Parts: sequence; structure tokens; C-alpha cells
Amino acid sequence: MPHETDHLVAETAEAVARRSYGKLVAFLAARTGDVTTAEDALADAFAAALVDWPVSGIPRSPEAWLMTVARRRSVDAARRRRTRGEAADHLRLLADDWGDPMDDTAIPDRRLALMFACAHPAIDPAIRAPLILQTILGFDGAAIASALLVSPATMSQRLVRAKHKIRYAGIPFRVPERAEMAERLDAVLAAIYAAYSEGWPEGAGRNLAEEALWLGRLVAALLPEEPEALGLLALMLHAEARRAARSDAAGAYVPLDEQDTALWHTDMIEEAESLLLRASTMGMIGRYQLEAAVQSAHAARRLTGRSDWAAIERLYAALSAMTDSPVVAINHAIAIAETQGAEPGLASLDAHAMDKRLADYQPYWAARAELLRRTGEADAADQAYRRAIDLATDAAVRDYLRRRRMLI
Amino acid sequence: MQYMLLIHSSEAELQSASQDTVGRMHAAYMAYTEALTQAGVVVNGNRLRPTSSTTTVRIVDGKTQMLDGPYAETKEQLAGYYLIDVPDLDAALSWAARCPGASFGAIEVRPIWVM
Repeated sequence: MPHETDHLVAETAEAVARRSYGKLVAFLAARTGDVTTAEDALADAFAAALVDWPVSGIPRSPEAWLMTVARRRSVDAARRRRTRGEAADHLRLLADDWGDPMDDTAIPDRRLALMFACAHPAIDPAIRAPLILQTILGFDGAAIASALLVSPATMSQRLVRAKHKIRYAGIPFRVPERAEMAERLDAVLAAIYAAYSEGWPEGAGRNLAEEALWLGRLVAALLPEEPEALGLLALMLHAEARRAARSDAAGAYVPLDEQDTALWHTDMIEEAESLLLRASTMGMIGRYQLEAAVQSAHAARRLTGRSDWAAIERLYAALSAMTDSPVVAINHAIAIAETQGAEPGLASLDAHAMDKRLADYQPYWAARAELLRRTGEADAADQAYRRAIDLATDAAVRDYLRRRRMLI
Repeated sequence: MQYMLLIHSSEAELQSASQDTVGRMHAAYMAYTEALTQAGVVVNGNRLRPTSSTTTVRIVDGKTQMLDGPYAETKEQLAGYYLIDVPDLDAALSWAARCPGASFGAIEVRPIWVM
């Protein structure tokens, strides 16, 4: 194919990058634990592809082509290393995996092992999600930084540090044994969910929520017998299904109970429901399944006209028993307000008023304001609304709270 | 990979501990050292004398300065170490968690820098 345009080549390279970046990084780094060198080698290989492919044509197995070039670069990098012992060690490890793969399917998928390394208990929890986004999806530090609202320099520094830790502390690239699976998987799922939650606000560039959903699908596909992996995917699909309904034509925020259910994405809801059903047959309940079940009870409104609040209250009670999350406590109080009335809801919220984590937590003040308004405590409601408005970072949410405040 | 398990614990607490507690701790360390040896992972290990017997040395402006006491005054002190050789961090962390010192203070797990 000698006449391919640069455009087609670039598109193919991008498609391969999207589909197989993490797979190639995971395979290159698995033996040596050296993620940085794997990423650098792969970046070189993609650059080489953009030069070579327009001339020689797109190879039959682009992944295998990239892998061969990236490996050669890894070996060169190892040779350049100052300390001889380290280089020899590195070369031996690389040689262990020699034998050129002839096609893309010959490259073993070690992404799961890489994700478990990134979400290892010895890695700072705050950097786990960024690390997974970078190593599995090829996000650059600046893109992650802008999504998470931290400075690019800080983010890059922390990513470099984490990769050094993986390598020099000897964090293994391996899927945990049965006995430690639940706890370790929870860290991986938490990182993916963190990426998803950060990805809610609409922004330019790659959409974090979409990428997190992709990761959720990957983990669910690689661990189909883990009900919590299915639960997380169901939870994200339920949330994603409502994206179009979350704001009106003017861009104003629409809360869940006022959303037009016709705007919900039926296919996603159905996929979420079937995932949740499959998870429930495995007989191991967990946080993500419960949270997905809450969303499922909300989704019931598209059929019955009303969220199943009794189920929601029970589910949040179960979640409260399981976690010490203030977010769960707030939602439990809101559910109680729906099933038993605003006053018991407010009492339930009051039980957490001393929790320091809630002092600057906007949803707490918004919930409090709403319940105070319903119980007729106008002054206290007004104060709480003002606090919530001050704390809101999303302009659409801020406008919504202002409108609610007018109802007092 | 080789890892240093650095055992940090409170000397003050140990000094005020009952004879019974100290005896139990000794027994626990004996059993732990035996387990490490049986598994063939221990390179070496030692208990250190309390910091009342330590001296810190540094050279300032070309002159050797000596200080009676540890390098840093902390709530817990370095009390001993094991040097172990295991396949990866998970193995090292699991040995660290089994160390009796993990229940009294904390174990820092440091990889050895291979030259």
C-alpha cells in the first residue's frame, strides 16, 4: 500500500494507540518493573511509525510492529545505563520475553497486572487513578493535571515518583491471589471510580468519564467473576445514562428527581441492570453493587414515575453499615426525608453535623438547606443555602442552588 | 530483591513494660527469626542497643563533631533490623507484618540499592 496518505497513517496509529497502548506498556514493563522506560520506548515506536508507515505501508500487525521497535529501544536504553550490573539484569529480563510475536493476539495482556501495580497499597492512594490513566490509557501528565485541577508540574513529579517507587521498591506486576483479591481489587476500582467522578464536568479534550468507563469495561471483561467489578461498571453506566438529562437547553443544572426520563439512555440503563443482576447471582455484596442498586432504584422512575425511595433508604442503610463515608450519610438522610419526612431526615443529618469532613462539603450544606426549608426553618435554611452556594465550584450547580434559595 | 526491615519502636515503652511482656516479646522474636531462617530469606539481622548508647558523628567545616545521642530525636527509635532476600515487595511486606515489632511500633521496608 504505497499511496497511503499521512492522514490515514496518523489515524491508524491513533487507533492502535487507543486500543493497545496500555497492553504494550504493560507487556514491556512487566518483567523489569520499569514503566518509565517502557513508556519512552513506546513513544519512540509511535514516532517511528509515523515516519515509516507512510512509506512502507501500515503493517499487517501494527501492535506487533510497535512492540518490536519499542523492545529494540528498550534494549538500547538498557545498554546506555551507567551501571553495568543493572544493564545486564535488564537485558536478561528483556531477553526472557524475546521471540517476536507475529501478530497482535500473540502479545499477552498484562494490563490487569499493571493496574494492580498502580493501585498497590504501597502507592499513595491519591496518585493511583492518575497513574492508571497514564500507564493504561497514555494520558499525559498535563491532561490529567488539568482534569484534576492541580499544577502540571506537581502532577508530573508525583507520577515520576510513583513509577520510580513501582520499579525500585519491587512492586510486583501480578493479579492478587484469591485471599487478598477483594481488598486489592477495591483499590483498583476506587481509582477508576475516582477518574470517573472527576470526569463529570464537561470540558475540552479527552473525556475522563468516557475513559474511566472504558477502564471499567476492561476490568469487568478481564475479571468477569468479580461481582464488584461488574457493580462498578453498572454504577458508572447508570450515571452515564443520565448525562444528557443533567442540564437543560440553557445549560442549567437539573437535579436527578427533576430530570426528563425520556432523555435517559435506555441501552446503558439496561446494560447496567443486566450487569447488576449477574453480579447479584455471585453472592458477594459490596459497595459498588449497593451503589449501583441505588441508581437502579432511581432508574425505576422511567417505568413507574417515581424513584423507589424505600429501596433506596434500605440500600443506604446497608452502605452506612459498610463504610464511614460522609457522602453515604448525606444520601441516607435524604432518603429518610423521602420515606419518613423532612424532620427525621434532618435528625439523621444532624447526627453527622460534627463530622469535620462535612464542614466544607457543598452537598452536605445543600441537603441541609433543602431539609431545613421543608421543615419551615427559613433563617437556618437561608444560611445553609448561602454556605452551599459559596462552596459550589460548578457554575450550573451554583445557579441551581440560588434558584432553590428563592423558594424559601 | 533484598529489603531492609527497619524496626522502629518506643524505648520508653519497652523500659516500662512488665517482665512478662518483655519475655513474651523475646519469645516472639525468637520464633520470628526462626521462621525467617526456615524460609531461607534472612541475610542477617540484629537487635540494636538503646539510643542511650549511640553517638552521632558529622563533619562540620572540616572538623569532626560528635554528639551523644541519636541522629534525630523521635518518639520511636530504630531498635533493630533484618536484611531479607525475597522475590518482591509483597513478600517483603508480608514478612514485615509478621515481625513482632509491627505490633509494638512500626516496620519500615526499604529496598537495597543494587550497584
